[in-house]
Amino acid sequence: MTKTDSLDDILARHSARDGALLPILHDVQAAFGHVSEDVIRAIAAALNLTRAEVHGVVSFYHDFRSAPVDRPVIKLCQAEACQARGVAGLRAMADAQTRVKVEPVYCLGLCAVGPAAMVDATVYARLDAGRFAALIEAQL
Amino acid sequence: MIVRISDDAVALACGADAVAAAFVAAGVAVERVSSWGMQWLEPLVEVDGIGYGKVTPGQVSAILDGSAATIGRIEDHPFIARQTRLTFARAGRTRPLSLDDYGAWRGLENALAMGADATIAAVLQSGLRGRGGAGFPAGIKWRTVADAAGDRKYIVCNADEGDSGTFADRMVMEGDPFMLIEGMAIAGLAVGADKGYVYIRSEYPHAIAKMEAAVRLSAHLVAPFDIEIRVGAGAYICGEETSLLNSIEGKRGDVRAKPPLPAHEGLFGQPTVINNVLTLAAVPWILANGAQAYADYGIGRSMGTLPIQIAGNVKHGGLFETAFGITLGELVNDIGGGTASGRPVRAVQVGGPLGAYHPVSDFHLPIDYEAFAAADGLIGHGGIVVFDDSVDMAKQARFAMEFCAVESCGKCTPCRLGSTRGMETLDQIIAGRAAPAVHPEPVEGLSFSAPLDQKKDSPSTSSGQADLLELVSDLCETMKFGSLCALGGFTPYPVMSAITKFPEDFR
Repeated sequence: MTKTDSLDDILARHSARDGALLPILHDVQAAFGHVSEDVIRAIAAALNLTRAEVHGVVSFYHDFRSAPVDRPVIKLCQAEACQARGVAGLRAMADAQTRVKVEPVYCLGLCAVGPAAMVDATVYARLDAGRFAALIEAQL
Repeated sequence: MIVRISDDAVALACGADAVAAAFVAAGVAVERVSSWGMQWLEPLVEVDGIGYGKVTPGQVSAILDGSAATIGRIEDHPFIARQTRLTFARAGRTRPLSLDDYGAWRGLENALAMGADATIAAVLQSGLRGRGGAGFPAGIKWRTVADAAGDRKYIVCNADEGDSGTFADRMVMEGDPFMLIEGMAIAGLAVGADKGYVYIRSEYPHAIAKMEAAVRLSAHLVAPFDIEIRVGAGAYICGEETSLLNSIEGKRGDVRAKPPLPAHEGLFGQPTVINNVLTLAAVPWILANGAQAYADYGIGRSMGTLPIQIAGNVKHGGLFETAFGITLGELVNDIGGGTASGRPVRAVQVGGPLGAYHPVSDFHLPIDYEAFAAADGLIGHGGIVVFDDSVDMAKQARFAMEFCAVESCGKCTPCRLGSTRGMETLDQIIAGRAAPAVHPEPVEGLSFSAPLDQKKDSPSTSSGQADLLELVSDLCETMKFGSLCALGGFTPYPVMSAITKFPEDFR
């Protein structure tokens, strides 16, 4: 399946829905890893929106990336409940390495068993230095 | 022998799948059920009613031969026995996607029999208030939408549970999704809507999967009412109701000015009921058991029960549903067991990132909307985050501003600019504290140059700090009264409570 075919599939799947833009962008992000300028142009044409409108939506939401990430991504919760459980130490570990991109996320709803992290749709809790180091290693 | 293990996200994150696989490998069938909410014990294994906490795959054989340590009967555990579970009555007991386990849809049946007007009257009489944080009476909102003229009406469920320290919505969606669907169908019936949306944050992949499956499995039971799941995209602000509506419409999650209220002009410009997960999830019980039975719980104008989420640095964290009126101290010390670290409790943030920090001297406060408002705090979505004495409250205040800056939609100036300026000023305060730091680091792009200059000239550090704190206080006033929505409007709660209740951290 070529890239263009998939985008057509995605557009065909959602275009008739009310408020189709976010479902389309989610599928594009999942399929291509980012939302490129070309894709924005195609989506705008399909939904009869301006490129500026689509770009405005893409740039508003943290989930949509304008460029692909070249490394594995770990989302590490940095919100208050995980702060109270010592996530600052893990943040320092994350900053000390460059092989994995550790992004902040504000709450995974695992607030009594933090620090917590998520990789794709898999969740991890009760992270300490050892478990977090192992989680980073496991992504490589 | 029946072995039950939750497939809730907390259980999974703590390794429940590996434990379940070990039972299956030992030839024992495992039922994957919802979570009891005793999260410090996950993975919790239940064998014929008896519980085993924090189980690892290596302990499975000991559980099977009866030699493992147990916590006794789960339903008799003090954490469960002390609760009044109405919304979470099935938690831990049923398989989330089993219609058989869910049982009869008595709330919906009763609503159909009573008709729309009587249904709204029942919700009004129950005293149910919006559980998302604002505490607005649900029945009044429903009545407004029912009376509004529109081509089409919508029920929107706000499942964008972004507050740190909250997970009750997630537990409803992952553990008892049919209850939420039934609540939405009742709302649809009451106001004359045939379409519902559930807007779930993307950080909750398990809740999204369960809700999508549950909607498919129960479509025939709620028809002609039709429910669609929409997924958020990582924006905290979309938990604000008008921002959420824009997001469903496929737009940026900008906050809308009110009026018009969503009840008059909501989703796609049509009259819309927008309620939190817990609000809608409380409705089937009310319709099945009677409005008065619900209103009999609680105190004052806070009626019914609140699923409280005990989180952060706490020994016994989890979901604790109880009637309004329990005190903060009981929740943190008696039920939560104090801190997980074993150090003294210093601060408790109630109501998420926009809620106030409370010192131990506030522990007498009852969980009641009005009592917390009178103490310059809020209950919000019922999340409680415990901190021990290692917490630096100035840094927590700074984080509140930073969070607001990161998540602001940018539409109104007090929130968009105020949060950044507040963060910078708090950085200066932090840098200028106590003995070691003589001069604060200059902050790039800082607009408030006067206090900084004053500070350089001033022989006394403390007067510079006092000026900066005065500035933060002024800024918080502007944000509180000048912001369009609760993000900018409530960020002053954590900031000012930290400053006024923990002043020693700012000197």
